[in-house]
Formats: sequence, C-alpha cells, structure tokens
Amino acid sequence: MDAPDTLLRFEDVSIAFDQPVLDRISFGLTRGETKVLLGEAGTGKTLVLKLALGLIKPDSGRITVLGQEVSAMREQELYALRRQIGMVFQESALFDSLTVEQNVAYRLIEETRTITDEIHARVLQALEFVELDHTYNLFPSELSGGMRRRVAIARAIITQPEILLYDSPTGGLDPVTSNTIIELVVKQRDVYQTGSLLVTHRLQDAFTMASHYFDRKLNKMVPLEDGSTRNVHTTFVILRDHKIIFEGTAPELLRCHDPYIREYLS
Amino acid sequence: MPISYFSDVVKEKVAAVQDYSLLAGRSLTNLFGRPRYYADTLMQADLIGVGSLPIVVLIGFFTGAVLALQTSSTLQQFGSLSLTGQLVALSMVRELGPVLTGILVSGRNSSGMASELGSMKVTEQIDAMRAMGVDPTKKLVTPRVIATVVMLFFLSIISDLVGLAGGFMISYLLLGLDPNQYWTTAYQALRFGDVFMGLGKPVVFGFIIASVGCYYGMSAKGGTQGVGRATTQAVVSASVLIVVTDFFLTKLLMGIFER
Repeated sequence: MDAPDTLLRFEDVSIAFDQPVLDRISFGLTRGETKVLLGEAGTGKTLVLKLALGLIKPDSGRITVLGQEVSAMREQELYALRRQIGMVFQESALFDSLTVEQNVAYRLIEETRTITDEIHARVLQALEFVELDHTYNLFPSELSGGMRRRVAIARAIITQPEILLYDSPTGGLDPVTSNTIIELVVKQRDVYQTGSLLVTHRLQDAFTMASHYFDRKLNKMVPLEDGSTRNVHTTFVILRDHKIIFEGTAPELLRCHDPYIREYLS
Repeated sequence: MPISYFSDVVKEKVAAVQDYSLLAGRSLTNLFGRPRYYADTLMQADLIGVGSLPIVVLIGFFTGAVLALQTSSTLQQFGSLSLTGQLVALSMVRELGPVLTGILVSGRNSSGMASELGSMKVTEQIDAMRAMGVDPTKKLVTPRVIATVVMLFFLSIISDLVGLAGGFMISYLLLGLDPNQYWTTAYQALRFGDVFMGLGKPVVFGFIIASVGCYYGMSAKGGTQGVGRATTQAVVSASVLIVVTDFFLTKLLMGIFER
C-alpha cells in the first residue's frame, strides 16, 4: 500500500522493443518532490515519462499514478487521469496552427474553442509565470526554441496539475536560456510544491536544482547558503544498462564510489 | 529467410487492417459519447464542402457535357437521340456523380487529412494531445468523418445537377434537342432505386475518404518523408477503395431495387 503522499510509483517495470530498454525498474515520487532522471542517450529516460502517462504500456510490472494503476487501464480510462498531469515535451510539441494563447488554453477550450475573459486571464497568469505574457498573440513558429519550451511549461501548469513531467526541457538550448528554464522548474517546485520527474542530459541543470531554491521575496532563484538545512526535495535517479544504478540526493551522488558514476560526473 | 520475410509482411498487413478497423470503429462509436467537438466539425465541413465546391462544379458540368457528346453519335444511330437526357441523368445520378466527386474529394481532402495529422504525429502533437487528456480520435478523426460524409452527400447532389446542366447545354446547343424533352426524359428516367443509389454511395465514400486519410495520418512515422508517404498512400488507397466499393455497392443495390 502506497503512502498517501506517493504520487507515482514504478514497481518492477520492464519494457523491450527489439531489445530490452528497461528491466525491472522500481522507484517512487512523493508530493513536492522532484526526481531528476539522468543517463546516457537511449537508456529509456523519455520512455519512463511516457510510461507514467500511459502513452506506452509496459511489458510487465505495475505503474501507479495518483492511486490508479496506469499499466492496467484502457486508453479511454486514462484521459481523465492525464488531465491531472502536466507534460513538457522534448521539442515542446506545441500545436503549430494555434496561437500561443490557444496553445496554453488548450485544456480549457478543448470543446468550445472560445476564449472567455476568465480563460484569457488564466492564460496571461500562466504566461506571466514564464515571463512571456507579451507573446500570447504569436504563433509557435514566431518564437525562439527557448520561448517555445517556456510556452510548453505554461501550457503544462495552467491547470495546476498534481504531477509535472519534463522531458529534456533544456535540451539544445544555450546556457543562459537553460538557466531560465531551470529557474522556472525550481519556481514551480518551491512555490506550488508540485511533484515532478525531470529528464535531462545536463548534469549542470540537475545540480543547479539541488543547490538552489526560489526566493519569493526576491522573485528569483538563489543558491543555498553554506550549511543550510533547507530541503530542496530533489533527488537523482541514474539509468544504465536497463537498470537504475543510483537513486539518492546530490550529496549522496557526490559521495558515490561507483566507477561509472564517477566517470559520468567528471 | 524468405518465409520469415513473407510472414512478417503478411503480419504487418493484417495489423494495418486491424488498426484501420479499430480507428474506423472508434470514429463511429465516438458519436455516442462526450465530448463532442462541434466547432471542429463545422470548420472541417467548411474546408471540405465549401473548399471542394468549385472543383466539383467544374468537373461535374464537363462530365455531363462530355457524356452527352460521346453518347449522342451512338444514340443517333438507333434514332434515339431524344433519350440523351435519360442517359445523362441515370449515369450521373447512379454512378458518375458520386464516384467522381468521391475521387476528387479523396484527392483533395484525404491527402490533406493524412498530411495534417501525419505532421502532428511526427512532431509529437498527437502525443501532446493524449498527454493533455484529449482523445485524438474524438478531436481529430470523428469531426473529419462527420464533415466528409455530410459534405460529400451534398457535393454529389450538386455534381449530379450541374452534370445534367452540362448535358443539357450540349443537347440544346449542339444536338438541337428540345429543352423540355431533355429535362422530361431525364426526370422520368429516375426511379427511387436510382436516387437511393446516388445518395447512399456518397455516405459510404465519405466515410472511406475520411477514415483512410486519418488512419494514414495517425500512423505516419519517419519524419517529413513519412508524412509524404502517408499522403500518397492515403490518396491511392481511398481512390481504389472507392472504386472497388462502388462495384459491390452497385451490385448489391441493383439486386435490392431490381434496376
């Protein structure tokens, strides 16, 4: 039986396509926690997110999200559950024929396609969160890569979901833009205490998340002071050869003596 | 090795038929559940119906005209030139109106659906839709199926009418037939079975066009090249299916109505 704070749990989950990709992996995510998934390309990090959403079914094992067993549910049953989860795709996956406003409001205007004053206000609020409120009238093709990711974040958070899944939100972006995106992820973590899974290739992003918090008074991300006991609720999971080879906090990762992890960190 | 290759190909084809059947079935069962996307359906109806109107009118008119022109010499040999109206009416209403309109709309819209949905598939927009709790078969497929079925029905009627007008133009201006005679023979030739056949076929063809276009779009893979492939396959499959289905439908309805 899961603890009431458990948002998501993988139990002995395996999946193979032509070859095994994930082999009996298990981990959990609690309310307010951010779990950073690390690993080389092709180790199945994105697959973990798609499995959590039920977009792909595992070959074996159990996946429980918000108390419901995703791995045993039919596609039609999953739609209601997915509305409580936000996902930021690797390439943003914005609807290119809709404006930024229509993209962000998508869940709210799904049936009617009509943007009321109330919905417009909510869209602006979500866009203000990612500091792009001036772009609501533009099309995704008119935005830079970094701006598109930020719009994707606004689209994911507009309904204040219980869980957020980020798939390489900083992939292919310059360091300054990457930092802006990570600041948004940290803001979401510390302001709204949303549980999230974040896939990244950039170790720097992972450590920034573990060593910074969002200061509401200053309205920006600031580093933890030396000796601070503040819990940033961020843990790391490293995937390799279809398995989880490490799960723990940043200090535990830095103390780890596994030769592969040492090389990965260097 | 060749046997396993053969069995893989067969499995792939069977799986494709299964996936198509499931998608086509879902597009129909979605009609009985919520949410219903009226705005999307109307937008598609405008795109498919109004957008296809000029080309359907043009092709319908000249088909009727050429039909009258081609058959006039044969009819004249038997001294039955006065039956031109009857021939054009029966050919247009029973066969050429629905089939030609179906093939035209398939070329124009089946390809459009496959490329639009295919692009959405390869850029993860379909996955994004699913991830946001929106059923793509309800949001994308069902509105296109409804819009195509309804619009093809009316487009076929328009095609029949302008085809008759085209036939009339030739009969009156070139063959010197009496207008009253043309329209009377055309009208009197049509029985309930003919009209039923002419109006029933577009419903089936509309369903084929939209479901095939959406199926190829939703199963596109392999980037822009894959989208191009899906578009071509959609047009070819929809057109072939229309012609083959037309034969069996004609046979069935001729049997039922004894025409």
